[in-house]
Amino acid sequence: MSHSVDNALDKALSGPAFEKRIKRRNLRDYLSKIGISVGGLGIIGAVMLIMFFLFYVVLPLFVPAHIEKHQTFALPGGANETTLYYGVDEYQTSGLRFTQSGNAYGFDLVKGGATSQEMLPLNGAQITSFTVVNELKSIIAFGLSTGEILVAQYGYSVTYPNNVKTITPKVTYPFGEEPIKLADGVIEHLAVRESDSEVRIVYQIKDSAEIKVMLFSKVESMLSDSVQLEEDTDGSLMASLPTQWLLLDSLGRNLYNIDADGKVEYIDLSDVSTPQVIEQVELLQDDKPSVVRFLLGDYSIMVGTEKGKVYQWFPVRQADNSFKLQRIREFDVSQSAITSIGIEKARKGFAVTDADGQFHLLHSTAHRYLGTEQAADVSLTRVVMAPRANGALVETAKGDLVHYMIENEHPDVSLESLWGKVWYEGYEEPSYTWQSSSASSDFEPKFSLMPLTWGTIKAALYSMLFAVPIAILAAIYTAFFMDRQTRQWVKPSVEMIEALPTVILGFLAGLWLAPHMEANLPGFFAIFVVLPLGIILFGYGWTKLPKAIRQKVPVGRRAVLMIPVIIFLGWFALQLSSPLENAFFNGDMRHWLTYSAGIDFDQRNAMVIGFAMGFALIPTIFSVAEDAIYNVPSYLVNGSLALGASGWQTLVGVVIPTASPGIFSAIMLGFGRGVGETMIVLMASGNTPLMNANLFEGMRTLSANLAVEMPEAEVASSHYRVLFLSGLVLFIFTFFFNTLAEVVRQRMRRKYGSL
Amino acid sequence: MREWFKKGEHWIWMSSAMVALSVVLVFGLFSMITYKGLVHFWPHEVYEYQLQNGKEIERVVGELRDSKMKEVSAGEGQAPQEIPQLLIKVGNRDLYGIDFRWLSSDELVSDEPKIAQDAVVIERYEYGNVYGWYQSLKVADETFSGSDLQAALAKQVAEGKRLHDEIKSIEKGDIGLINYKIEQLRLEEKRLQADGDWTDAKAQLMKDERAALDQQFREYQAQTQELYQLQKTLGELTMTVSGGQTLNVPVKNIVEYWQPNEMNLADKLGFFFHGIKRFLTEDPREANTEGGIFPAMIGTITMVLIMTILVTPMGVVAAVYMREYAKDGPVLRMVRISINNLAGVPSIVFGIFGLGFFVYILGGSIDELFYGYALPSPTFGTPGLLWASLTMALLTLPVVIVSTEEGLSRIPRALREGGLALGATKIEVISKIVLPMALPAIMTGLILAVARAAGEVAPLMLVGVVKLAPELPVDTIAPFVHLDRKFMHLGFHIYDVGFQSPNVEASQPLVYATSLLLVLIIVGLNLGAISIRNRLREKYKALDN
Repeated sequence: MSHSVDNALDKALSGPAFEKRIKRRNLRDYLSKIGISVGGLGIIGAVMLIMFFLFYVVLPLFVPAHIEKHQTFALPGGANETTLYYGVDEYQTSGLRFTQSGNAYGFDLVKGGATSQEMLPLNGAQITSFTVVNELKSIIAFGLSTGEILVAQYGYSVTYPNNVKTITPKVTYPFGEEPIKLADGVIEHLAVRESDSEVRIVYQIKDSAEIKVMLFSKVESMLSDSVQLEEDTDGSLMASLPTQWLLLDSLGRNLYNIDADGKVEYIDLSDVSTPQVIEQVELLQDDKPSVVRFLLGDYSIMVGTEKGKVYQWFPVRQADNSFKLQRIREFDVSQSAITSIGIEKARKGFAVTDADGQFHLLHSTAHRYLGTEQAADVSLTRVVMAPRANGALVETAKGDLVHYMIENEHPDVSLESLWGKVWYEGYEEPSYTWQSSSASSDFEPKFSLMPLTWGTIKAALYSMLFAVPIAILAAIYTAFFMDRQTRQWVKPSVEMIEALPTVILGFLAGLWLAPHMEANLPGFFAIFVVLPLGIILFGYGWTKLPKAIRQKVPVGRRAVLMIPVIIFLGWFALQLSSPLENAFFNGDMRHWLTYSAGIDFDQRNAMVIGFAMGFALIPTIFSVAEDAIYNVPSYLVNGSLALGASGWQTLVGVVIPTASPGIFSAIMLGFGRGVGETMIVLMASGNTPLMNANLFEGMRTLSANLAVEMPEAEVASSHYRVLFLSGLVLFIFTFFFNTLAEVVRQRMRRKYGSL
Repeated sequence: MREWFKKGEHWIWMSSAMVALSVVLVFGLFSMITYKGLVHFWPHEVYEYQLQNGKEIERVVGELRDSKMKEVSAGEGQAPQEIPQLLIKVGNRDLYGIDFRWLSSDELVSDEPKIAQDAVVIERYEYGNVYGWYQSLKVADETFSGSDLQAALAKQVAEGKRLHDEIKSIEKGDIGLINYKIEQLRLEEKRLQADGDWTDAKAQLMKDERAALDQQFREYQAQTQELYQLQKTLGELTMTVSGGQTLNVPVKNIVEYWQPNEMNLADKLGFFFHGIKRFLTEDPREANTEGGIFPAMIGTITMVLIMTILVTPMGVVAAVYMREYAKDGPVLRMVRISINNLAGVPSIVFGIFGLGFFVYILGGSIDELFYGYALPSPTFGTPGLLWASLTMALLTLPVVIVSTEEGLSRIPRALREGGLALGATKIEVISKIVLPMALPAIMTGLILAVARAAGEVAPLMLVGVVKLAPELPVDTIAPFVHLDRKFMHLGFHIYDVGFQSPNVEASQPLVYATSLLLVLIIVGLNLGAISIRNRLREKYKALDN
């Protein structure tokens, strides 16, 4: 019998079919191993990818500009003429050079070399001065020897002969080809600004110290599209400095008369008929200006010096509402004299050339040095940036024009501008500002992560202030004193908060808690006094009760006893709201705060956040701390009790020191969660990027900011990358705190193991 | 007393009070959400308040929704008085312009509110509720009033509801299908043109097809036109509202009408459950502030299901690899800590990762490779269901990995070794012994993951959730689940209605009801996970012995 079984077994376990099956099984095992390993590693890799992806998106912010010499060709029109202005089209295919002799030379930027030549309609007059009227629209003005000025505009036309896109530069005359007569005499210095309705002209006649201001209003001709100028008002002023540069700001309100030594006369032109000198300032010490011009927006004055520095100045409003010119930034660009400054047309970046033949790319607000190129071994005479800031033309003293291609996506962000105070144009002082977008077009985005980080920490700290005492004390009691039956339902119910969607907490905080808190402010403060006092009084009163009653509630059940007490105390504290308000705050604490104490009050404030987010943090802290205390070996406790220590003494002397790493990691975890929480702060913090610790004002946190701005951010823009950077900051923040907590916890586990 | 303090008794009391406080907060919160969520469905009594307005008496009719105390200073040197303020839902928005009105009780003629006899509340498709009394019902040439009116109204409203449903079914179902097909044709044409397969024959074919669809479309349109005409013949109800004004309510606008003051408890309960059913099955109206939450529920469920399908294999494979195949050592320990920590990384960070990587990079590439013909309008290169589910899967992956690993580690070594000793290969041991035993742990992880995904809103705001989706993400048109569509979500619904709606006061009850639903789902899931975990522990205890 057994023999036949053995035989059958032998038969089944040998032979080709069996071998084949074994082979198949082994193959399957092998394939599974490979599959699971590849899959497992892939998934772990994908998870890690998150961090690397954040880095990958953020990195371009800090990469220097890539500058590449495209080609060099001879100056169109020759080197013996002085260039006044270069116009370059948006595609960097053509350009136009305006020279002192009144010629406009068109040239090709792709092949290099001149393509056309045109004479401006000067009617035989000489060009004696030149100014840029509007940098963005490429409107320029020439002052002539006949006391006239000619306003011209560079532009280009796009045509498709034979289906090939061809761009031809051209010159138009927005106010007609006929020069406008201003005065008799040679116009030596000129500054012109135009707005939708008017044109302001400031000029100085040769050999005269008088600066004249003229205001023209624009009149649209009925018959044609052309615009005529009609003289409106005028005024004049005797300059006390010999003019070298005459600069008029974008609104035509502020005029700067700068002499060759760098002294500036700051003139107020708000009333054209009576120009007022506001102040005289020395722009430079032991140095002389070599180039002076406006930055984009015609507000900041950039001063390039003989010693190779560039200074940024602009008028700043003072406490008494007057304006004063102030030095904002200093750029240590070169060893040799600055020869020219060219500006970007969409950002506050600029390019600088020096006498040593170097070409530098910088950004003013971010205070960044983006790159340097040796353009020639002789002095460079002029630099102009392409309209999209993706190229630059550099003119050398030996008559060459060098065309650079530039890749410079994010010059406007630097570590200094992200984390330091930045002095923005029009601001009274350097500040931490987050303002990523605005309705107006000539707006400079302000990316300071400081207010957001501050808001994040403020929100997390206020909620920790609320959560930590409650959670830790509750954990101590639950782990150490509570009896088993009560603990069995108390722990999961507190932990249930963790699962509660935070959007619900945010909704309740924003729409229910915030208005209630505003209405019963003193009551909420009273809770902090009434609750502890009431609890201690109740506890002490309990000892005075007859023993029969006391024994009905053992220590382990006290929490249940306290539930009605807590409800009563909370109700009582809120009832105190009105009496307190009447007694101390003239009947309205909010009003009192704002007007008597001078504290700003928002309905959605840090206190609301503290309560709501603190509530959300309780289970995180409670759960981990409770585990730590509960796991303290019982012989330590019993030993202490046996030596005569009271329950609390044992706890403070033995249990808590042993469990302290666990409690610490609980707090870290809670903090990590508070930093990253999004919905509660989004809905209940008011989302204003403020930087103060005021309990009654809101904040904007990194996470809420991401939720608000991310969907609108244009892909790959500076804004998009800065938002990713703030995500990365959040990631590192929480990763750090969680790792700290985890490492501490693991060490504690090992310690318990050895105990 | 000093002794009492020295022994630290006050601290014990304090700590026990903190436990009590936490418990009070938790249950207070849950009961508040439950109460405020459910009360939304209860038929509120309609009261009539008489206001002294100069010499005249103004009557205000409506539901009492809230009250608070306002302090009014009583004059120099005197303590301010507290005067109760009542928030009344007066409805009739088209007449008054506002739904809610605060009344000060010192303006009231009598303190006792009067129950408004026979008052009728009508819920309309537009302009919110009407509070008033029946005056007459005009159907065609007939005019009903008095006792006939109610019977006639019931009939007309039922007919109106039928018409409304029919119109909706044609517009959403049939016309929706045709629009979808026309859109598909358009894309097909673009694709063929892009591939260079565009021939005259195909063009003719498509033209014919399109003409047929257009024809169908016109037919359906004619049908709905007819139904719309029918709706107009349903008649008009004339109501008397407070202040003696009359308000005409076309029957086709009536969703529901009831007389709360005339209802008995059974009626009220019936109304209550009917309200809950409508809340769960209807579409939202009036910018989400009225009606139901059906699409948000479907959106949430679809997203969570797809997420589960994605996260289960990923989590299990990673956990099996780490526990069964990878070599133990410092590297694995670091990986384990990192995965653990990812669970604590803010969800919004996953959101921006989803947007930057899945939507813009992955989705953008998919569009370029497969849907190039539809560009520049993106197919997958825009937030949508797939990316939302994938982001959520990544977000909940640590939960599943950690829980599965824990389950694997609890399985006694002896079982594995027994299997191997009997000649099973490693994969056979894993798939036939280890994984089935770890199933409850995997389930726990999945349930926790689902609970987390259902409640998470912040990342979804970036990767696919919208305020109002025109179509459901699942429907009867192949491929049934539309991964590229945007969807609605309960959590986002709460955020949107609570914070972005123009009439927050009116929409608050709805938000509480939605919150209650979400809380119930999540608490239910968590309780399920806890009970599975407990059962699991007992099972292994038995194994260990």
